[in-house]
Amino acid sequence: MSAMTWIYALLIGLALPLGLYMGRALDTDRHTWLDRLFGPVENVLLTLAGVDRRVSLSWWRYALAVLKLHVLLIVLVWFTFMVQGVLPLNPDGIAGMNWNTALHTAVSFATNTNQQHYSGQAELSYFSQTVAIVTLQFLTPATGLAVLLAITRTLLRKRRDTNAAESDSTETTGVGNYYVDLMRIVMRVFLPLALIVALLLSWQGVPATYDGAQRVAQLDGGSEQVIPRGPVAPMVAIKQLGTNGGGWYGPNSSVPLENPTAIANIIETIAILLIPVASLIAVGVISGRRRLMVGIGAVMIAFSLISTTLVVVSERMPNAALSGLAIADSPNLEGKELRFGSELSALWGSWTTQTSNGSVNAMHDSFNPLGGLGLMMDMFVNVTFGGVGVGLIGYLLYLMLAAFIGSLMIGRAPELFGKPLETREMRWISLAILAQPLIILGLSAITLAFPTLTGNSNPGFHGLSQVLYEYTSAFANNGSGFEGLGDATPWWNLTCVLALAIGRFLPMLVPLAVAGWLADKRTAPEGRGTLSLETGAFVGLTAGVIVIVNLLGFLPALVLGPIAEQLTLAW
Amino acid sequence: MATMNKAQSAKGRTVSEARREAARENVRESATTSWLTALRFSVLMALALGLIYPLIAVGLSQMWFPHQASGSLIADDQGRVVGSTLVGQQFGNDRYFQGRPSAVDYAADGVGGSNLAPSNPELRERAEADAARISARDGVAPGQIPADLLSASGSGIDPHISPAAAEIQIERVARVRSMDPQAVRALVERYRDSGGLVGEPVVNVLKLNLALDGIATHPVL
Repeated sequence: MSAMTWIYALLIGLALPLGLYMGRALDTDRHTWLDRLFGPVENVLLTLAGVDRRVSLSWWRYALAVLKLHVLLIVLVWFTFMVQGVLPLNPDGIAGMNWNTALHTAVSFATNTNQQHYSGQAELSYFSQTVAIVTLQFLTPATGLAVLLAITRTLLRKRRDTNAAESDSTETTGVGNYYVDLMRIVMRVFLPLALIVALLLSWQGVPATYDGAQRVAQLDGGSEQVIPRGPVAPMVAIKQLGTNGGGWYGPNSSVPLENPTAIANIIETIAILLIPVASLIAVGVISGRRRLMVGIGAVMIAFSLISTTLVVVSERMPNAALSGLAIADSPNLEGKELRFGSELSALWGSWTTQTSNGSVNAMHDSFNPLGGLGLMMDMFVNVTFGGVGVGLIGYLLYLMLAAFIGSLMIGRAPELFGKPLETREMRWISLAILAQPLIILGLSAITLAFPTLTGNSNPGFHGLSQVLYEYTSAFANNGSGFEGLGDATPWWNLTCVLALAIGRFLPMLVPLAVAGWLADKRTAPEGRGTLSLETGAFVGLTAGVIVIVNLLGFLPALVLGPIAEQLTLAW
Repeated sequence: MATMNKAQSAKGRTVSEARREAARENVRESATTSWLTALRFSVLMALALGLIYPLIAVGLSQMWFPHQASGSLIADDQGRVVGSTLVGQQFGNDRYFQGRPSAVDYAADGVGGSNLAPSNPELRERAEADAARISARDGVAPGQIPADLLSASGSGIDPHISPAAAEIQIERVARVRSMDPQAVRALVERYRDSGGLVGEPVVNVLKLNLALDGIATHPVL
């Protein structure tokens, strides 16, 4: 447990200064020396793109800009994958992708999911891996953070000049400019961090070259070994930092070329949670609601520790299939790399599912059943820090529900930050929360009902877990998988596209809409009876709402999957 | 900021001017959210992030860490590339230390794990077959075999085994090669990596076997 403790400590130690920096660098209403440093490049690019920086968009135009850019990116990238065979930067002569795997891949990367129904080193050219995928790996987490900034400005920010601003608040105020936010986040946060991490990783042994694969005659004879290479390090850096998760090689960061050493593993592990944790601090700085953010952070840390401990303890247990064969009490090493061992693999597995990152350094399919259960619960909750930007947005969705319930419990008209929560808001909030079990369980049920569609590689209860995991991962925009699943079929590709898109845009844009609607409403003065969102009781209520909603939704499915599997192994 | 300007101008000017200003604002908003803006933005970002960023990262890596950036390749005295220290190779001959089971037979271009669940009978069958083979080869009773020799790695090209897994193979390798077991043990010790503060102790199988064959290697830059 010792490694786990100090990695958490290191994470907090690095996220604090980064969060404070982000709070300054990303606040569009504050002018700092950073504007002089980054401003010129940002402004040239924005002007070339045709963006008017003075414009502050209404919430629905902001959402529209998000959707338009994403539709366009999906179409461009989809097309790129299909014709990659004739594009440049293809030293290994890789052919175009079929239409449905290409569509799934495009949507998967445009939704910050990076679920992969293909093996990168064999099926994508360098052009596809960099120009198409790396670009999305920057823009999608930046989008999550941009929407979070818009919500922060609109809903969370404490009014600085209270009276003057209040009296004028009938004037509709914009939520910000999507492209300006995007540009700032990319230039001031992601690009510098990614460059640093890329260089650290390549120092540790992650390839960074445009040369093609290296052929090697093996020492003990046998077939010639083909070692795929490429500009791997720059991609791995951003896939870790941006809760993307889609790696260069099929089995992701378990591959020694993608994650060569224990030191590289620590860098990549910290990078998973770094920006999600720092975002919390940044929002605290920008909004001025530090106590609220401390409460939210406490819930997230508690969830994180509980689930990580479960997975670490589970993976320290022996693999049941080796009983009587291997030295007793060995940890479960099936699907794990020896240089990491069971604990650092379990820690990675937990963090990558808590954050919607989805990269792996061990095969989750071969985790012990209770470890697999922990990973699935992380993805159901999906707000244990969560994806960049969207993790906190998802938490706000639950917070809105908790504020509604809490207000009713103390006999007040439901409100949030002094604004009334009414039918329209609650209808959409409920829809965004209920879409998750509806899509995941609905699609799982259909797929399991037709064994020809299922494509699972493990028999029995674990076969059910494989299907459940895949849709859960798609909706949570996670991207990891129980990878034995034969998922490169039109059925899997197209149904996952549905789960990916709804799981991305509904929970992200509904809170933005609610923030926009609430901004137009009259603020009620805060009284003694007002529900305070900063008390321990409300923090606990929100945590309770999250636990109950997820247990109600998914406990039956979990009993049929990992819990039943664990029981068959134990007795 | 734009809205502040708008509010101020609305107060100072006539109603029609304010209306015209609002219309201009609307045009600006539409332009910013247009398809054309999205397209221009996408192309610019693909150039900056998808092309220039990797080029800079690759350029700096090649300059500062040429060996690692090219795949940690090693070559023999004739300059022939014999492998990568990061990529395990398939060893079947008893003269060599053997690596972990691989779901892909150490095919580096088809990397992958077994993805077998602990509850899957196939995993039990594979482990039983491997255990029987190792018992016969190295004289280790089932129940005493290091778990890594019975567990496939995630990548299928894990270059390492545990020190315990090396230990049980020393006698056999020494016997087949007619070497002193102590000399073999000394080589194992030499290629043992403690893992430092953060990792697990491991032995690099390819480096160890190259040393056994007396092949001196050099990093390829």
